[in-house]
Amino acid sequence: MATFGTLSDRLAETFKNLRTKGKLSAADVDGTVREIRRALLDADVALEVVKDFTGKVRERALGDEVSKALNPAQQVVQIVNEELVEILGGQQRRLEFAKRPPTVIMLAGLQGAGKTTLAGKLAKWLAKDGHTPILVAADLQRPNAVTQLQVVGAQAGVPVFAPEPGNGVGNPVKVARDAVKFAEQKLHDIVIVDTAGRLGVDAQLMKQAADIRKAINPDEVLFVIDAMIGQDAVATAKAFQEGVDFTGVVLSKLDGDARGGAALSVASITGRPIMFASTGESLDEFEPFHPDRMASRILDLGDILTLIEQAQSAFDEDEARKVAEKFATDTFTLDDFLGQMQQLRNMGSIKKMMSMLPGAGAMKQQLDNFDEHEIVRTEAIIQSMTKQERVQPKILNGSRRLRIARGSGSTVTEVNQLVARFEQAAKMMKTVAKGGVPNIPGMAPMPGAGFTGGRGKQQPKKKGSKSGNPAKRAAENAALASGAKPGGGSGGGSGFGLAGGAQRSGAPTEEELAALQRMLGH
Amino acid sequence: MAERTPWSLTGALRGMFAKKTIDAETWEDLEDALIKADFGSDVTDAVVSELRAKVARYNTTDPADLQRMLREGIEERLARLDPTLRLSERPAIVLVVGVNGVGKTTTIGKFAKFLRTYNRSVLIGAADTFRAAAVEQLATWAERAGAEIVRPQIEGQDPASVAFQTVERAKATGAEIVIIDTAGRLQTKGGLMDELTKIRRVLEKQGPIAEVLLVLDATTGQNGLAQAEAFIEHAGVTGLVLTKLDGSAKGGFVLAVQEKTGIPIKLVGQGEGINDLTGFTPHVFAQKLVG
Repeated sequence: MATFGTLSDRLAETFKNLRTKGKLSAADVDGTVREIRRALLDADVALEVVKDFTGKVRERALGDEVSKALNPAQQVVQIVNEELVEILGGQQRRLEFAKRPPTVIMLAGLQGAGKTTLAGKLAKWLAKDGHTPILVAADLQRPNAVTQLQVVGAQAGVPVFAPEPGNGVGNPVKVARDAVKFAEQKLHDIVIVDTAGRLGVDAQLMKQAADIRKAINPDEVLFVIDAMIGQDAVATAKAFQEGVDFTGVVLSKLDGDARGGAALSVASITGRPIMFASTGESLDEFEPFHPDRMASRILDLGDILTLIEQAQSAFDEDEARKVAEKFATDTFTLDDFLGQMQQLRNMGSIKKMMSMLPGAGAMKQQLDNFDEHEIVRTEAIIQSMTKQERVQPKILNGSRRLRIARGSGSTVTEVNQLVARFEQAAKMMKTVAKGGVPNIPGMAPMPGAGFTGGRGKQQPKKKGSKSGNPAKRAAENAALASGAKPGGGSGGGSGFGLAGGAQRSGAPTEEELAALQRMLGH
Repeated sequence: MAERTPWSLTGALRGMFAKKTIDAETWEDLEDALIKADFGSDVTDAVVSELRAKVARYNTTDPADLQRMLREGIEERLARLDPTLRLSERPAIVLVVGVNGVGKTTTIGKFAKFLRTYNRSVLIGAADTFRAAAVEQLATWAERAGAEIVRPQIEGQDPASVAFQTVERAKATGAEIVIIDTAGRLQTKGGLMDELTKIRRVLEKQGPIAEVLLVLDATTGQNGLAQAEAFIEHAGVTGLVLTKLDGSAKGGFVLAVQEKTGIPIKLVGQGEGINDLTGFTPHVFAQKLVG
């Protein structure tokens, strides 16, 4: 959607103009503030929030802190960032569990906000954490909402309490009350109540929600709101706050290209924290909301922290260490290459991952052209090789290559490319593992992206300790760069072909992306 | 609780039209009101500067004139395109698309009922094979509307094949109008958007598609534009349906959508009841909006 830039793109454009200036005049600040106002309005941030926000930014931008700063433009970016984080609710908040189980969580929101799907996601997420949640079908209004919840419950592997058939039949208040009793008897420690969607102006349904709330006295009332909502976010949020008084907000459909507006408005107007973000249709696409990261995302600084966390949970620490050793000792094989690639896929969609990198806003188009199936094809080629061939790629002669090409449904050229790529990657990674500087064109040092391989480049004085564990060193670098405690964030660090390539392109330029695509199979 | 006013800008504009003369504050209020109604900064700027020019030309200071000019201006903008539904082929195939949660299924139920009141026979194809229980939800609506429904034969069947079978059935039974429901999809999901292109391609093998309706939720903000663009590109949208106008949202973004894309608004949904879907008339819309 290049024609209608998103908030990040718009702000990035504004700041690009500022960055080139050494000094800011009042006119510069006014111009920037006007652009920010427009960008925020185009991103559906509520008008009163925009006015308030731009007022504050303007005041601070004209103040002492900017004119005395070394780089005033950067200082303005900093101010905007700080103000955004402030509005988004400062620090994140976790779910509060009841002292005496069951903890009761009630969901409320407009029709089509995504409550039922969210109920499933929340249940699955809690179940993964060792809780025993139960879903309650208290949306007896929408046709077949009960059935939908049952299907979602089955997908999430969580029981559903649905004594009433729905479609207008049954009393949701009674269902909710019975559900809590049921949970007490059956020792479910969390009860998630899905309620009917309602418009802010519908007094009758709003009263029903309030009645449910009174009947079950929930520990958390989560207000689910669509990230795409416009100026009406204010009226809706206020109506729900007065009607049911929610304790937290969940932002849904954040995987679209409308991101930010509603979050800013709701958090700012109601003062309730945004606790979760829902980022896709599968039940796993759900994450706690990080205000500071969201602000960075809006400012196009990239969501480095989220990326690191995902990398850490997906990569097996031992595996990474082993691979790093292999690089250093030159025993890296195609099998390992394949293993790395499979791990990388576990990490979720590569596109999604790359879009979290800083500067990615500018390369959305290229991302769209990037074909993830290349990885599948590469996998097929490697899997068509014999054990020996994988360990000793050197023995691959013409007839073997032809066989592999047939076996994997590719061409000899593709096989050749893969082998060449593998050799290149192995060589490069060996250099990195030994503390050298890999020869990648246009690579810029990027704090926070250092969790990839050993970043010899940034740490020349550590060269003496290159006999140490390269994975560990990488991890420490990552920890340093991301501001975490030393030793806390190991595991994500490993230097290897694919992932190294993907993450290494910290601020990807066109060439880098091309290089990356080469590595992945173009 | 949000004020249960009839859906309109009247509340926001009341203050400014009650004043004796047009002053600087009037213009600011007008701009704020339009932005709050989701018209977006471009359309708001355009409307306001147009009105300023008119006020200067006619040399008026009466807010009542301004109100009339605003109403006429909006009506004129909305009336540039023809909102008539074209359903002359037999069977007339109507494909309904949109992002998640905008009310596609509900709209289809109401639309079927709308057509049934004109005594047209309606066949609905449940090609939303993705969302949990979507088929059941649609079946309930079909029953209420008195329309036939074609269900997928197996769970998770390819939506294009369900659509194909629906049209095939319509030809066999002589149903006059075929409405195909599709799964909600965000416009950023390339793969899912390609699926829509495929449904369209497969349907066209059976004959021309009469209408492709894009359902837009009135609470949507400026993202509605991005939605419309993507759906036009992939599904060849011929008309817009604006739903949930019974809430406090004004849906002003449709004006921007209509102007930027040249696709007319054809239907509006104003309530949860099965009869709450009507054809779009620019005059009535502008009248209700401005008061």
